[in-house]
Amino acid sequence: MRFMVITKATAASEAGTPPPTEVFDTMGKFIQELMDAGVLLAADGLHPSSQGARIYSDGEKKTVVDGPFAETKELIGGFFLVETKSLEECVEWFKRMPGQDEGNIEIRRVIQAEDFAETMTDAQRAAVEQRDQETRYN
Amino acid sequence: MTSDTHRAIEAVWRIEAPRLVAGLGRLVRDVGVAEELAQDALVAALEQWPAEGVPRNPGAWLMTTAKRRAVDRIRRDETFRRKLEELGRDLEESTPDVAGLVAEDDGIGDDRLRLMFVACHPVLSTEARAALTLRLLGGLTTDEIARAFLVPEPTVAQRIVRAKKALANAKVPFEVPQGDELAARLSSVLEVVYLIFNEGYSATAGDDWMRPALCEEALRLGRVLARLAPREPEVHGLVALMEIQASRAAARTGPGGVPILLADQNRARWDHLLIRRGLAALERAEAQTEKPGPYVLQAAIAAVHARAGRFEDTDWPRMAALYEQLAATSPSPVVELNRAVALSMAYGPGAGLELLDQLMAVPALRDYHLLPTVRGDFLARLGRPAEARAEFERAASLTRNERERTLLLDRAAACPVGDQPQG
Repeated sequence: MRFMVITKATAASEAGTPPPTEVFDTMGKFIQELMDAGVLLAADGLHPSSQGARIYSDGEKKTVVDGPFAETKELIGGFFLVETKSLEECVEWFKRMPGQDEGNIEIRRVIQAEDFAETMTDAQRAAVEQRDQETRYN
Repeated sequence: MTSDTHRAIEAVWRIEAPRLVAGLGRLVRDVGVAEELAQDALVAALEQWPAEGVPRNPGAWLMTTAKRRAVDRIRRDETFRRKLEELGRDLEESTPDVAGLVAEDDGIGDDRLRLMFVACHPVLSTEARAALTLRLLGGLTTDEIARAFLVPEPTVAQRIVRAKKALANAKVPFEVPQGDELAARLSSVLEVVYLIFNEGYSATAGDDWMRPALCEEALRLGRVLARLAPREPEVHGLVALMEIQASRAAARTGPGGVPILLADQNRARWDHLLIRRGLAALERAEAQTEKPGPYVLQAAIAAVHARAGRFEDTDWPRMAALYEQLAATSPSPVVELNRAVALSMAYGPGAGLELLDQLMAVPALRDYHLLPTVRGDFLARLGRPAEARAEFERAASLTRNERERTLLLDRAAACPVGDQPQG
């Protein structure tokens, strides 16, 4: 099963303050462990929301609002993509993530093709294939 | 609450089992005993954690508990002591240093590598190697292994017991092989990992979910191995091959589980994350060797497909060159046949036919039905339908697959009577 583990922004990350030196060590060690166990597929951190933007939709109307955004604790700070046998295994790994003294980490299962296998009709599948094809070649 | 704790214990076990068994293996120098001790620790956890809660550092807890049991057993159990002595080592040496019990386990990575080599030792049958590897390094239960390989659970349990006994009887040392032995032993490890992968890859719709899950297990084992033996190009080659093959999982079957050929697959549905990982692994492998081995070459072949946005974009001359190299390092009829197909795609059916004609002369291939199938295809493309029809009919008479026979006879019937002038 593939999971996206979403870490949240902090006041420090939103201020663009780089993490203290020792965090590079502890976090580095944690990431190394994930790699050693063969579960890590990808991971990245995000710049402060001041370097991002949001697109708000209201019917046809689109409004672009530049960052920063206020609700720090709900903002995404970074993500990991991992492959584990179960949600529990993923949880067990990320209980071990260092530097998490407050707030929360969100774990979400990534949708993969087999998740649709049973509920999709042939017509729906064909529609998805068509859409995939178009997004791929346009 | 209790079932939550049990699920947590299962997850901890999954993460910690390989380290635990590997660390204990170094201590007692016997994989079977190491696994028993690890199991004892798991039982202790199942007894204590639901009441006391999961400890802050569950891995260290399990290791400490298992090591204490090891010490107890060594001190108490005369038979066990003798067994250890029989196994040819100094008891002093194998009695763990009690002070070092809770010490951080450095070199645990090496222990896991040792464990992998022992579990894949050539003294064991391939099935036993696969079962033991999944059990000891994947932390799978015998029930899961049984479901994955479509055999009854007692069969797997027996296989594992016998394998552990065989390892003890053969006095297989808990070591990473050195020198000349390394290459052969490493290829045994790679073979087991790839076998597990292929078993999962051959799963069909409606199979128990544990079967396709074997692909993930094998990938995980491969990735672990690549971290443990980062200077072995074939390890990276195997990882690259598996990542790229797994990337096609979603595209390779249609509604109702009908297989879709590579040429017809919707490439947008390939998993591009896995492709990127596969290509990166291949790059690492290729940077490490001038003379790529069979896994690196197969990965390079898979990568030619992965890099082509559309089937028409496939780099066939490169494909043909890679198959030629593969045929030189690990010759097989399937490789030759694929090489002929690549040649025909790169340089026209005439080029492929030339190679096939050489293969026709090999006695071992006389009754290999794919040979006339492909030959018939080339002849049809060359505008020689009479010969093509004869080949399709011959192929139909050789295949044991009913559906394939019908298909071949249809193709034979579709060949117009009388040759047409070549265009």
